[in-house]
Amino acid sequence: MEYHLNIPVEDDEIKKLKVGDIIYISGKLFTARDEAHHMILEKDSIPFDPSEMGLYHCGPLMKKNNGKWQVVSAGPTTSSRMELFEDRLLEKYAIKIVIGKGGMGKNTQKALQKYICVYASYTGGAGALAADKIEEVEKVYWLDELSMPEAVWIFKVKEFGPLVVAMDTHGNSIYDKIRK
Amino acid sequence: MNLNEVKNGIVRLIKKAETELPQDVIFALEKAYKIETGVAKTQIGAILENIKLAKNSGRPMCQDTGIQTFFVEVGADFPNISQLKDLISDSVKIATREIPLRPNTIDPFSSINHADNTGNHIPYITWDFTEGRDVIITAFPKGGGSENMSKLGMLKPGVGIDGVKDFVVEEMIKAAGNPCPPTVVGIGIGGGADLSLKLGKKALLRPVGVRHKDKSIAAIEEELIKRINDSGIGPMGLGGKTTVLDVHIEKAHRHPASLPVGIVVQCWADRRAKMIIHSNGSWEVK
Repeated sequence: MEYHLNIPVEDDEIKKLKVGDIIYISGKLFTARDEAHHMILEKDSIPFDPSEMGLYHCGPLMKKNNGKWQVVSAGPTTSSRMELFEDRLLEKYAIKIVIGKGGMGKNTQKALQKYICVYASYTGGAGALAADKIEEVEKVYWLDELSMPEAVWIFKVKEFGPLVVAMDTHGNSIYDKIRK
Repeated sequence: MNLNEVKNGIVRLIKKAETELPQDVIFALEKAYKIETGVAKTQIGAILENIKLAKNSGRPMCQDTGIQTFFVEVGADFPNISQLKDLISDSVKIATREIPLRPNTIDPFSSINHADNTGNHIPYITWDFTEGRDVIITAFPKGGGSENMSKLGMLKPGVGIDGVKDFVVEEMIKAAGNPCPPTVVGIGIGGGADLSLKLGKKALLRPVGVRHKDKSIAAIEEELIKRINDSGIGPMGLGGKTTVLDVHIEKAHRHPASLPVGIVVQCWADRRAKMIIHSNGSWEVK
């Protein structure tokens, strides 16, 4: 099945999604890699609300043009590095969609079921293609502390995809099927 | 020699590597697109669309513009040998601003980003010396996701070449979707720990589709391609027929007690570009 979703998404819509479905999403995403995950979990309060957004495992290549940030290339980064943190992040914030590449482990899979969230795969390395689906760079947090790839970037995206639902809320993972 | 002009050439070289894939890689991806179906086809389709977009807009195809890596063949009679290292390093800094490249050099202790893609030992340059007056530079920007799937096996010689083959297939199945398949796998066999990995990386410089000139090694390359692709891992690990575009092997003689196997994985963005600098400073990027 193919779905076009707007973020924030209701739980019922997320539950409908099954491994192998193709989705396109519109709305806000925040990027977070290892360091940003660590930072979000450590801090008592943060200057943005992850619950309103999708989480994108991405360390973008950005450039500043006339004082405004622009995306040059912004494909996904390897999600398995974030396995150390993801279940705790999903517990802390009501994130409904995680986008990355390569898949995640058992702890995340359990958290996806428990907190109603899906993991969707975007084509790794397709940085120019992804950049063209990002309409606006709304904000950047912790750029000085974490530097360009590790900072949290808030993107407004339109029809961001094609994303493949790779781990759903029913405990299924496309990667398990292949491993067998 | 006009050194600024040479720097312009090296920046052009880096830009070509970051924004245009070699034809042999595109050809292999197009072939994969034809045989794949379903989700796997959507992945290869997105890759091909992305390649076209990057080339036409002059933007890096992947946000991970890599660790700047160069293989340099220096003609012994080239007049400016002592300046080459600085020329490459300066050009990397310019390329970082102008193309631009993502700042990818982080101090392992302080985690401070050096912000210009240089730092201790980086850009990483491998020097070879040849006869003549020209310098040939191959730019080989190397992404982190695929590099993380590299592996060194210090196998027991008793396992033989069958053991080497099993080790490679098992490691590539474990790597699954992480290195952005379809990948190109470079394997160095023999030498010592460092040399096997070095040969693995150098093996990636060979164009996709070109077999080892020793027929028995070429046959092992073909066997490994088949076995890894039969795993069904597929593009991005989402399932499919194409997990590797190619497997390249290089060998060195080994110590009787050792059988080192260095595996170096390259993502589908198998970025390579070459330039020649002549002794008068004129250059060509190929």
